[in-house]
Formats: sequence, structure tokens, C-alpha cells
Amino acid sequence: MDAVSPVTTLEGARLDGRADDDRATGDRAAGDVVRTIDLHEADVRTLNAELHAPRHRRYEVLNSQGAHAVAAGLREEIEVRVRGHVGYYCAGMNEAAHVVVDGSAGTGLAENMMSGSVRVRGDASQSAGATGRGGLLVVEGSASMRCGISMKGIDIVVGGSVGPMSAFMAQAGRLVVCGDAGDGLGDSIYEARLYVRGGIGTLGADCVEKPLREEHHAELAQLLAAAGLDHATSEFRRYGSARSLYHFTTEHAGSY
Amino acid sequence: MTDPAQLGLRESATFDRATIASIQRAARTGVYDIRGWGAKRAVPHFDDLLFLGASMSRYPLEGYRERCDTDVVLGDRHARSPLHLATPVTIAGMSFGALSAQAKEALGRGAGEVGTSTTTGDGGMTEEERGQSKTLVYQVLPSRYGMNPEHLRAADAIEVVLGQGAKPGGGGMLLGQKISERVAEMRTLPAGIDQRSACRHPDWTGPDDLAIKIIELREITDWGKPIYVKVGATRTYYDVKLAVAAGADVVVVDGMQGGTAATQDVFIEHVGIPTLAAIPQAVQALQELGLHRHGVQLIVSGGIRTGADVAKAMALGADAVAIGTAALIALGDNDPRYAAEYEAIGSAAGYYDDFQDGRDPAGISTQDPELAARLDPVEAGKRLANYLRVLTLEAQTIARACGKAHVRHLEPEDLVALTVESAAMARVPLAGTSWIPGGNHA
Repeated sequence: MDAVSPVTTLEGARLDGRADDDRATGDRAAGDVVRTIDLHEADVRTLNAELHAPRHRRYEVLNSQGAHAVAAGLREEIEVRVRGHVGYYCAGMNEAAHVVVDGSAGTGLAENMMSGSVRVRGDASQSAGATGRGGLLVVEGSASMRCGISMKGIDIVVGGSVGPMSAFMAQAGRLVVCGDAGDGLGDSIYEARLYVRGGIGTLGADCVEKPLREEHHAELAQLLAAAGLDHATSEFRRYGSARSLYHFTTEHAGSY
Repeated sequence: MTDPAQLGLRESATFDRATIASIQRAARTGVYDIRGWGAKRAVPHFDDLLFLGASMSRYPLEGYRERCDTDVVLGDRHARSPLHLATPVTIAGMSFGALSAQAKEALGRGAGEVGTSTTTGDGGMTEEERGQSKTLVYQVLPSRYGMNPEHLRAADAIEVVLGQGAKPGGGGMLLGQKISERVAEMRTLPAGIDQRSACRHPDWTGPDDLAIKIIELREITDWGKPIYVKVGATRTYYDVKLAVAAGADVVVVDGMQGGTAATQDVFIEHVGIPTLAAIPQAVQALQELGLHRHGVQLIVSGGIRTGADVAKAMALGADAVAIGTAALIALGDNDPRYAAEYEAIGSAAGYYDDFQDGRDPAGISTQDPELAARLDPVEAGKRLANYLRVLTLEAQTIARACGKAHVRHLEPEDLVALTVESAAMARVPLAGTSWIPGGNHA
């Protein structure tokens, strides 16, 4: 169960949010033109309708101003750059697309992501990456409570800290926290692997520290590189399931 | 064996034989009882209501000649593509995992044949199910097992499940015996573990968040699909108001008699309220919002067995009903032909409720390939279709007798109650009186 799985690769430097500030110019191929949608002029419905049937490969969203469900339900391999803060469920259930938010994100960022990548330059609220099944979520700042709750295969890298009850019932995937983790980390965890560089409030039920073996250093290094972070993997500790609660018995009544 | 009563022995009403057996079982095993089915205790139910057929003051419709329609439109408040069903009897959510793939396919076949919908469950959508279900409702549950945006788009409607009548406030449960490789893979869990689903959704808390969650689901599906919100019956008046405020197109209220595949017996029998008590609360909530029968539809489930139950639920204000336990019985659950096998596993035909342990002789609540192979999805689907037709015909029979050209035209005024309790819960007068006990509601 501890087999190392490959890290989702990001396409080029564009998704680290640093190398893509150029705007479309007339002499580019149509596929390279950045289509700009200003949420002062268009509503989220118009935005998402276009992103669901994209005519361009690259989009820029202006004046997001905390709008909900921005870029939710994408399924084409497009790039979306959101200039501003977003509300709940940004990039929800994302498939294939690469979304960068130049701001902070509300609850449920990239919830149930299937594939592709989502990067938030600021902080993320509760339940970032909740139930995600694949792809890579990077929060450059910190994430609030329940980050990675019920994660099912997603990789999440948080540059700062995560709040309490993160990785609750985490089933599969990897969560990397470069700062601290709050209380109840990995409560009732299944097979997800957690890497934390800083301190832990408390570990949740059935979550224990585990040895960080060679293959774990390797996957952690890959995840950090994919996120554009360069911490030494030796600074992290690994946590996972003791697997003692996988079968019901009332003798465990006090363990939950 | 001599009848103990003839020996002058007296059974305790408080410590009856079933109670004594359950104490003995708990003492022996140290584990609480987990089982399937819904509440088995007697509660006020549709049997406690009667219809006032037409006579002098009302005009009946001719039984076999005059039309009495049964079609229903669900989810026309916000969705571009509401559901149009030929009968108001739908199939409730039951998971692949809890049920065999054959059983899920049979449900789809039976429902499709009569033009009604089926519903996924806490385990995602299978290809068999989507393929054989003409109209399929996709559940969004706290566990999000197998949640897939492609399945959201492939569904005909989406049901956000907050709870179910058998266990309002509880999450799903699937014991290791039923976590086969396929079930485990669909749920991203190790095979063979006892799986405990969450009871709270992972990415929203409370009605204000749910409103935004529903917008996200609509955005992902481009506002095409009706969105249902399902609640277990407890504080139904408030829950329905909040579900509607959160944007539900359809509210599903599941009473305590509603079934489950695996839940603690203490939960099934002691949490939640009867279906009969829940319907008027839900209807009152919708009426006060000006949306009853105009905007938001109400689906009621929990103990629907006959066309009379369907008619009574609709007369009290439901737009449609959902069946689960009854549908499984129609497929072949508790069939006397497996009597010897039920006995061999410590149960009996007519009593079998150990849906959690995966040894169902009828091949329905199991993942054992040999047992599951006993259920022919085509034949079982035909039985279900027959049963659904009977329910529909029975409801029509009653509606015509009450002078209604559509089963939805049935109204509380057509009903009386046999007991004071049912009169108070259903808010219809005690038969032969004009007395509705209970007074101020909600």
C-alpha cells in the first residue's frame, strides 16, 4: 500500500505562475491567444460555459472578487489564470485543466479534482482539495481546517500550514505541509501519506508517525519540485494509518 | 412445545423475548447489532388512514374508462432538463456495494420499463446501472465515494444526500464482507475493511454553504440537471425550508421506516420520525414558501408498500414517492423459495435483514459472485416492473374513486384517520369526526 506513485507533471513553468505575464498578440497562432474574461462584464455562468467548451487554450479571468465556482467543472486541457481572489469551489472537480489563482481561495478549493493542476498564490480556506481523486493542488500560502479531507488520490502541497482535522479520513494520495499541521491530523486515515515539515498539534485517531524511507524521500522530492519548493526532504516527517481501526470491534470504542 | 401461557407463565411486556435475546446477544458478543432494513417497530403509518370515496357529495370517475393520469415532472424550478416520469413511484438510492451489480441492473431495467427513475448510492455509478437505467439520479453523499464529474454529467438528476430515514445523522456503513475488489476500487479503499462513511459533507457545513455547493453542481453540469436534496425525517419542517432556501429543485423526505443496507439497530429503531408525521411538516414548509405543487416537488419515502400508500402520500401532499425495501422484495428478497437457506444462516424468509453480511441467498444484498449470479437481472427487472405497475394501478383506482383525474389531485380532504395519533400526525380528522388533534403546527 505504500508504493510510490508518480507525481502529476505540470506543463512547463507557466503553472508556477511566474513565466506567463505576456498577453496575446495578433501575430500568434489562434491557440496561443489568451482570451480574457472580465467578471465585471460577464457572470460566472458565462465564464464557465465558455471554459466547458473552450475555443482557446489559455484564459485569463479578471475581477474575480471572491466569486464562487470560478472555473468549476473544467475538463479540457486549458490554462486558466484568475487575477484576484476566488470564493467557494474554485476549480471544483477539475479534470485536465491547469488553473492558477493570483489571490486567495475560499472553501472547497479544487474539491474532488480528478486530474490537471490548481495553484493558489495566496491562502486557501476550509476543505481545500477535499475528496480529490487526482491531479496536483498547490497552495503557496496556508490552508485552513480540513485540508485534504477524504482525499482519494490527489496530491496536495501546502507552502505554509494547515488547520485542524486536515486529511480526515484521507483515503489515498499525498499531502505535503511545509509549515505546521493543526490538531487531529489524519484522523481515521486510510491509505493517504502525509508529510509535515513543522509541528503537529495532535495526531487524529489511528494516525501515526511512520519511517521516511528512501522511496518516500523520492516521492516527497518530486512533489516539492512539482510545487516549485526547495525544502530538504530530511526536514519532513511522515504520517499515515496504523490500520488498527480497519475492522470494527467495540473494544475500539474509546479510540475514536 | 407447550405454549408457555398454558402453563400460566407470563411474558414481560418490558423484557419480552426479543429484548431478552438482544441483551443475551450483546453480552455474548460485545458488539452492537448492525443490520439492514428499516425500523421494525410499529409506528403510526398509512394503514391508519382511509380514503373517503365519492358518493353523493363527490362525483367518482369510471374505473376502466375515464382517464386518471399519473405522470409527474420533477425539478422544473431551475433545471433546463427536468425529469418527466410516467409514474410517481421512483426507486430510492441504493449503492452498488450494498447491492450486487445484478440487483442494480434489475432496478434499472424494471424502472425503465415503466418510465420511472432509479438512483445511485454511496458507491458511485456503475456502467451496468447507467446503461440499464433510462432515468438515473446520481447521489452526492458525504463520503463522495467514486464521485466523478463525468457521472454528474451522465446523470439525469443530482441528489445531495444529507441523511436517510433509517439513520438521520449517521453515515453509511459497509462491512468488510462486502468490500470486494471492485467495490474497493470504486471507493478507493483497501478491500475487505469495514468501511465507515462520513456523516457530514466534507466541503460544506450548514444551509448557507449548501446553497453555494448547489450552485457549483449546477455550474459543473451547466444548469441542466434538477438538484434534489434528501433528508432523513426529523425536524422536517425546518429542514425542508432550509433545503429550499439552499436551492433544491426537489426535496426528498425519508421517514424512519426507510431501509438501510447496514446500520446499528439502535439507530434504526430510535432515531427519526415516522413517514406519516414528516409529510405534513414538509408540505407546510413548501406551502408557506408558496412552492408546494408550484416550483419545488416533494418525494416521500419510508414504508411505501402498496398503491394505497402511494395515494395516501400524494393526498397528504407528496408529488412522488420512492421505494427501496419494497423494490428489493419485488426483485426477490425474502423469497420463500430460499427458506432453507435463510434458516441455515440463522434467519427466515420474511425476516431476513442481515443485508450487511453479504450472504443474501437471493443474491441481492451481496458481493459474492455465486450468490449474485442467482439473480437474473432481466427476470428480476420484470418482477419489479410488474410491481410498479400494480402500485400505479392501485393508486389510480383510489384516485378515480375519489373523483380525481390525476393522482396528484388527491388531497388531505380525501382522508380520515383511524387513530388519534395518526390524525394528529397526518393532520386529517379522526374518522367520523371533524377533530384534528395537535393544534398549532411547527
